Amino acid sequence: MTASDALELATDAPTIQPVRKGMWGGGPGDVSGFGGISRPIQYNSRATRPYGGWFDEVIDQVLGLVPDLPEEVSTDRGELTIYVPKDLILEVVRATRDDAALRFETCTSVCAVHYPDDLGAELHVVYALLSMTHNRRIRLEVVTSDEDPVVPSVGSVYPHTDWHEREIWDMFGVIFEGHSSLTRILMPDDWDGHPGRKDYPLGGITMKFKGAEVPPPDERRSY
Amino acid sequence: MSPRDELDPVEGTEETVDISVAEDSELSSPCAESQGPEDAEVVDGVSDDYAEDDTGEVAQDDDKGAVVFEEELTDKPEPTEYLIIGGDFDDVVAAQQNRSDEVIVINMGPQHPSTHGVLRLEVELDGESVLSIRPGIGFLHSGIEKSMEYRTWAQGVTYITRMDYVAPIFNEVVYCLAVEKLLGIDVPERANVLRVLTMELGRIANHLVAVGTGGMEIGALTVMTIGFREREMILDFFEALCGTRMNHAYIRPGGVSIDLPDNGLARLRTVIEWFHKHLPEYAGFCNENPIFHARMRDVATMSFPQAMAMGVTGPPLRATGYPWDLRKKQPYCGYETYDFDVITWDTCDAYGRFRVRLSEMWESLKIVEQCYKRLEETAGQPIMSTDPKIGMPGDLSLGPDGQGNSFTHVKKVMGQSMESLIHHFKLVTEGFKVPPGQVYATIESPKGELGCHIVSDGGARPFRVHMRDPGFHHLQSVPLLCEGGMMSDIVVAVASLDPVLGGVDR
Amino acid sequence: MGIEDKVPGFLLTTVEGVFGWLRQASLWPATMGLACCAIEMMAFGAPRFDAGRWGQEVFRASPRQADLMIVSGRLSQKMAPIVRQVYDQMPNPKWVISMGACASTGGLFNNYAIVQGCDHIVPVDIYIPGCPPRPDMLIDAIFKLKKKEVMWNPIGKNIAEQAAATEERVLEAVTTLERG
Repeated sequence: MTASDALELATDAPTIQPVRKGMWGGGPGDVSGFGGISRPIQYNSRATRPYGGWFDEVIDQVLGLVPDLPEEVSTDRGELTIYVPKDLILEVVRATRDDAALRFETCTSVCAVHYPDDLGAELHVVYALLSMTHNRRIRLEVVTSDEDPVVPSVGSVYPHTDWHEREIWDMFGVIFEGHSSLTRILMPDDWDGHPGRKDYPLGGITMKFKGAEVPPPDERRSY
Repeated sequence: MSPRDELDPVEGTEETVDISVAEDSELSSPCAESQGPEDAEVVDGVSDDYAEDDTGEVAQDDDKGAVVFEEELTDKPEPTEYLIIGGDFDDVVAAQQNRSDEVIVINMGPQHPSTHGVLRLEVELDGESVLSIRPGIGFLHSGIEKSMEYRTWAQGVTYITRMDYVAPIFNEVVYCLAVEKLLGIDVPERANVLRVLTMELGRIANHLVAVGTGGMEIGALTVMTIGFREREMILDFFEALCGTRMNHAYIRPGGVSIDLPDNGLARLRTVIEWFHKHLPEYAGFCNENPIFHARMRDVATMSFPQAMAMGVTGPPLRATGYPWDLRKKQPYCGYETYDFDVITWDTCDAYGRFRVRLSEMWESLKIVEQCYKRLEETAGQPIMSTDPKIGMPGDLSLGPDGQGNSFTHVKKVMGQSMESLIHHFKLVTEGFKVPPGQVYATIESPKGELGCHIVSDGGARPFRVHMRDPGFHHLQSVPLLCEGGMMSDIVVAVASLDPVLGGVDR
Repeated sequence: MGIEDKVPGFLLTTVEGVFGWLRQASLWPATMGLACCAIEMMAFGAPRFDAGRWGQEVFRASPRQADLMIVSGRLSQKMAPIVRQVYDQMPNPKWVISMGACASTGGLFNNYAIVQGCDHIVPVDIYIPGCPPRPDMLIDAIFKLKKKEVMWNPIGKNIAEQAAATEERVLEAVTTLERG
């Protein structure tokens, strides 16, 4: 995959909007009479300038340090999210950590989200950065696809993301390129599949009572 | 730059057997390098360190395999160096069989009384010196995050409370803060006071377990027994408040589930008085105890730059002298209106972490006393969001059968108002819907920064919940704390981080 | 197999009674903490509940010295082989208490990660409900275990007879669902 492809993926990702159907989440058994309703879900809305507060300052600084970075920013609910093409993530975290005006020393959390409807950008990896110097938090979001679930590891910049990346590999199957030992961490070593993904069943059993059976939670009627 | 160049040779070993993951190799500087606690300057200093270290190169260079053997190029007689960067542990054992030295690989846990739960530690020992140690986790992985995707937002509280089971209230609070952020609602003042009250009591209970089990593991059984004696006081209060000793599910999106019972304030007064009487005992038992000092002083040291590199928060970070406490820095639940101090210590070792926890219990007690006054002032005010689409209708005061909804509420929905019944039914079975978006909420749990990243797709269930548990983060630094030390100090090091495996594995 | 195998039948019951009485007075649990229930299991040994009043609190760190396993908490797929190994390491006779909803049935973790009841891997003598059960309930369970199982544990040739009887009973047993 070339850099421009990845860039396109990142920009395209949020424009594909999943749709919510019916009154009860589109599952079976929607007897409400409103099963035909179809509403798009607006994930990850984009903000336009001015972003407000210190957001503009941070964005300007990041864009100055990483000129290739497209300006895709969300300020939803007062939290700053920068959407980063995956081949630029290492450059961006290095800049955000080392620059004196940014100084995000810690990556407090890395987590992945699986959007099966977001075709071509199913897997989102979300980095929560914390600057203790400036008392700020930002979020970086990287998207990648099911076909090519490879994201550069940020372990060389933030050593403490080691286990987080292993967890994401274990749960979602995202391959972190450059990680020193990308092995399973939560599930047994010989486990098949990646349980965090939406296409992985919850795996509960049917509960049997006298004269009744209750299906596992993922097979019950959903709202 | 190779990682071997930077590794300090392990004391007491003739050969240079250096086994370490790549990122740890830069961090093995002694505690003496620790810098002062002034924020900005120190942080700049750390980042300069970062800039010099080019760890990316290391990780990429040694990417190819699990075990790399490299014969030393010097003319010394056949010392072999190992560089192990992950991979299959069988390879380690196989490699070890060709050697004639005393290095043994032992497996500590997951069923071991002093690993704080089901933590597995793969230790390589030369005599009693720890050459390498690798924590293995996942033995308590319960699929909580995925299970929550199939439950309503309110039901999620019952799952989240079972993550870090020593401090369950904190899990609930951070989850509810995140949900409230997504919903964009405010919480009534009294609910916030009750949250702060339960959190601070929970903090004391957690530190009692941390100090107590930590003491037990180094042989000070008395600390554990009196710790649990005090903890029972708090659990009794929780039981009177919400009906359960543990796994409370007390904090709900929009507020808390139930108000103080009639004699709640009197009970709280008893708890406060009890702690004023009994908390000094811990200082008396431990602070100047020579055995305590011998086991904990200068053991499991982690300097400030190391702590920053490992992303450590909570008492281990404050024990390096840096007063980072989210209650002060990024207040939530109205912490900015309470008067308390952030405790720090400057020894960077296990003893410092113990003292930080000990003093934090006193600070928590101070906050609890302030909550007592506020609870008196706010008596009778709502404890749940007044938005009828979110707050459960009819507070969960005890019904005539000893549980469930209040009698007046049942009478209303069953006898008077059909709409109320429909509303109640919808809210209980379907739950409320949360607008789409994602948020990351953090609070200062007793162990460090507890974060909750939630994504909503606009439905009545979470699309994704991810908890950032401090224990998960902290356990990564076990090799940093233990390697080069004594075997008996492993227990002290793990206990000083206070991981709870339910939170680590989720 | 020791001298008890040589004891003639009429005396065996008496010797069993003596053995059982001695065993129940020193029932040693293995330290087998898993999750939330393990904290209540610690409280069970701590001053407030003080199981030491009846000699129940002597937790042994080594399974070789223990004759009671308390499966305290949710049992994950990854942990299950280890629990079984600990059980196998315990000397006979041995008993198992399944403490809490998760250990007994999987509890509210009806998903891919949790074994739906520890009786899938070890034979359980007593199930304690609750999430987590109070320490009082654990004390009560141990009393019941002593009274019903430990006191009347067979020795000598009675072991084989009892095992055969148990197998027959289990094979004929109907499930809850079939009972209707």
